[in-house]
Amino acid sequence: MAKVFAVTVILIAIASAIPILMHTWGPPVDISTHGPLIDEQMSETMAEAGISFLAAQIILAIFVWMFSRKEGKVRSFPGGARGLVTAAIVLVGIEAMALGAFGVKAWASVYFTPPGPDAMPIQAQAGQFAFYFRYPGPDGRFGPLHPDLVNEGTQNFFGLDPDHDPDAKDDIVTAELGIPVNKEIHLLMHSKDVGHSFDVRELRIQQDFVPGLDVSVHFTATKTGRYEIMCTQLCGLGHYNMKAYLNVMSQSDFDAWLKQQASQQ
Amino acid sequence: MHDMHAPAAHHHAPPQGFVRNHLFSLDHKVIGIQYYGLALLAVFIGMVLSWVMRLHLAWPALSIPGLELLSKNGAPGGVPTPEYYLQLMTMHGTIMVFFVLTTAPFAAFGNYFLPIQVGAEDMPFPHFNMMSFWVTFVAFCVAVAAFFVPDGPPLAGWTAYAPLSALGPVAGPGEGLGQILWASSIGIFCIGQLLGALNFISTTLDMRCKGMSLMRMPLTVWAWFITSAMGLTAFAVLMPACILLILDHVAGTSFFVASNLVVSDQLQPHSGGSTLLWQHLFWFFGHPEVYIAIVPAMGVVSHVLITNMRRPMLSHRVLIYSMAALAFLSYMVYGHHMFVSGMNPFSSIVFSFPTLAITIPSTIIVLIWIGSLYGARLRINAASLFALGFISLFVSGGVSGFFLAQPSLDLLLHATYFVVGHFHLVMAVAAIFGIFSGTYFWFSKVTGRMMNETLGKIHFWLTFVGAYCIFMPFHYLGLAGNVRRYQAFVNDFMGPLMPLHKFISVAAVVTGFAQFIFLYNLIYSRFKGEKATQNPWEATSLEWTIPSPPPFDNFGGKLPVVYHDPYQYGVEGSSGDYVMQDSPEQIQTVHDEK
Repeated sequence: MAKVFAVTVILIAIASAIPILMHTWGPPVDISTHGPLIDEQMSETMAEAGISFLAAQIILAIFVWMFSRKEGKVRSFPGGARGLVTAAIVLVGIEAMALGAFGVKAWASVYFTPPGPDAMPIQAQAGQFAFYFRYPGPDGRFGPLHPDLVNEGTQNFFGLDPDHDPDAKDDIVTAELGIPVNKEIHLLMHSKDVGHSFDVRELRIQQDFVPGLDVSVHFTATKTGRYEIMCTQLCGLGHYNMKAYLNVMSQSDFDAWLKQQASQQ
Repeated sequence: MHDMHAPAAHHHAPPQGFVRNHLFSLDHKVIGIQYYGLALLAVFIGMVLSWVMRLHLAWPALSIPGLELLSKNGAPGGVPTPEYYLQLMTMHGTIMVFFVLTTAPFAAFGNYFLPIQVGAEDMPFPHFNMMSFWVTFVAFCVAVAAFFVPDGPPLAGWTAYAPLSALGPVAGPGEGLGQILWASSIGIFCIGQLLGALNFISTTLDMRCKGMSLMRMPLTVWAWFITSAMGLTAFAVLMPACILLILDHVAGTSFFVASNLVVSDQLQPHSGGSTLLWQHLFWFFGHPEVYIAIVPAMGVVSHVLITNMRRPMLSHRVLIYSMAALAFLSYMVYGHHMFVSGMNPFSSIVFSFPTLAITIPSTIIVLIWIGSLYGARLRINAASLFALGFISLFVSGGVSGFFLAQPSLDLLLHATYFVVGHFHLVMAVAAIFGIFSGTYFWFSKVTGRMMNETLGKIHFWLTFVGAYCIFMPFHYLGLAGNVRRYQAFVNDFMGPLMPLHKFISVAAVVTGFAQFIFLYNLIYSRFKGEKATQNPWEATSLEWTIPSPPPFDNFGGKLPVVYHDPYQYGVEGSSGDYVMQDSPEQIQTVHDEK
């Protein structure tokens, strides 16, 4: 029975590792400037976690195989507890801390560097169960929000008052996040009602919308295409269906798109 | 040399009548069994809920038999609506975390065995102990009552993130009365756990018999003691948080709701609250809760392994210190649940390093277990198989912690099935393996009969392989970005992942059915099992020095005296290969830690 256990554990360990080694399932190709750092961090972590996983399972299996016996003198592991504690601290603990320290670089590239002065501001609003985006229009200024004016029936998703706020007059509200390629975007995020999240796998960005707090992220997309924006923070019955598209376009396509969106306001 | 005369215990009369014997019993053993029964009831409800979720995820149009009876509106024609899926999911998490993972390894086994293992007649506050169970039972009834109120249970998840959980019915079905019942249930549950923790701590510190120094306590007692200390602080934070949440519902306060929120085109009459406050309070409890579930299981597994390895662990002290280190660190890491929550991104880095540091005590514990197998004389039985399975699962669930401890990787993995796979393996399934291991090990002490070993082994193989088939693929789904808490996978990239979802669902149903083998074994062996001897596993700790089942006052009115460390196995020059803790036999101590 002990041998069956040992073989089972080793088979499970190998079977678990195969899809990882074959890259059967994994994140899609990265399209952001900060993404390579995250992907590199992911591979290094996978290597360390994978080695720890396989080593622990295999040694467990070998010891169970060898030492399920009725006879023989009980003896102790040569290195003793001191050897194992040292191994845990040196091999695993320090390695994990080092991984964490390197990982700070990837995190810092997203959060500790302010957006550049040329970054394009776009406002993102999350609400049950849709995203809306707002561009400041030719004047470069967002009109103020009036929560009491929010009305889905009249499609005033943000609560704008263009009749009284000159800045709001040329604001462009869209259901799709259109952006130009290779241009830094400063996404100003707020929630209309409950917690939501902005997640684009290809962008390697995931950030919660926090009701009552203005949160922002900045990123640069390097490949054109349409990518799904998902809500990853449980927000109610329509959570699974709360999605929008990120449309990364060439500058000229973007200009034309924005013009077309402006004409539909 | 210790005094050979045991001090006489305080004699009291055995309890009289059904009510005092079985219902409102003051006996810690009966209370332990009551907790176990509650956990058993809860785990089967939780499991059926997980079946419904898995079937619905894999086959969205499938009519699930009987579901319509539970809620006509929630599951018209047996197919759960999106909101009802979330409501069942919330109840699955709530029931499993609170009423199974917290009650069984800690309150059930701890109540039954902690006093016996330290040589006490009972706990110092038996009335508090009785209250602790009945308060927990009331909490369970309040939680289950949420199924039967008009809008059903809440849909905000077991984490009940505000403001979804605080806005009331406008936020969604179940967010009115259902959510209030949820918060009341958890608040009441906290009171029960605080009473229990108080008893565990005072029993450990004040009720030990003569000779039972702290380092002579079995690892189980240490694990329950450390867990009690965690429970005392963690539940003391969750309870007021639940009260504040209820006040936001019923008293017009705004602890967790910010100003200017618009739900369904209605401006909400709240102002000035903080969304993140709930998350801070919840996870300040929530992370220690993970260790409240797993540390007692670690104690049980160590205890079972030592008995079956016929040798003590390489170091008793290092295991104790490592469990204490886990408990200590668990308070400094809760922010890793909130890396992308919108809290200050510098805090994420601050929370990341203690989280990674948890690797050190966890690895030490695993290496001590595996290292102790070296040179052992391992006996394979259902109890030891589940203990070995626990190690394997704890490692598998633990290594994914490397990823989730890093804020930068959370940008990819947060709120995906990777997280679901991680916590199910490391906390849920591992802790349940600890419960199984303890059950197969101690059943004979509680009932006087042995559990069927063949059925136990079949149960182990189906559950062990099944658990991997269910939870390992969760990691792959997460790596691909499959978001959790979705009732249907409408995103373009999720279509190709459906075969994996179907595989998981089939594995979940099969593994779930295997649990009925355990249930059958438990009930059959209780009445028809082979009669057990007093010490069938040739173990050394005090519970094996008394009859099975133990008398109402544990030691028959005469408290034991302890002369040895808890795990004197492989003893040179002794009559057997082990020496009981209360044996006055003088031996060359194997590893006396004093």
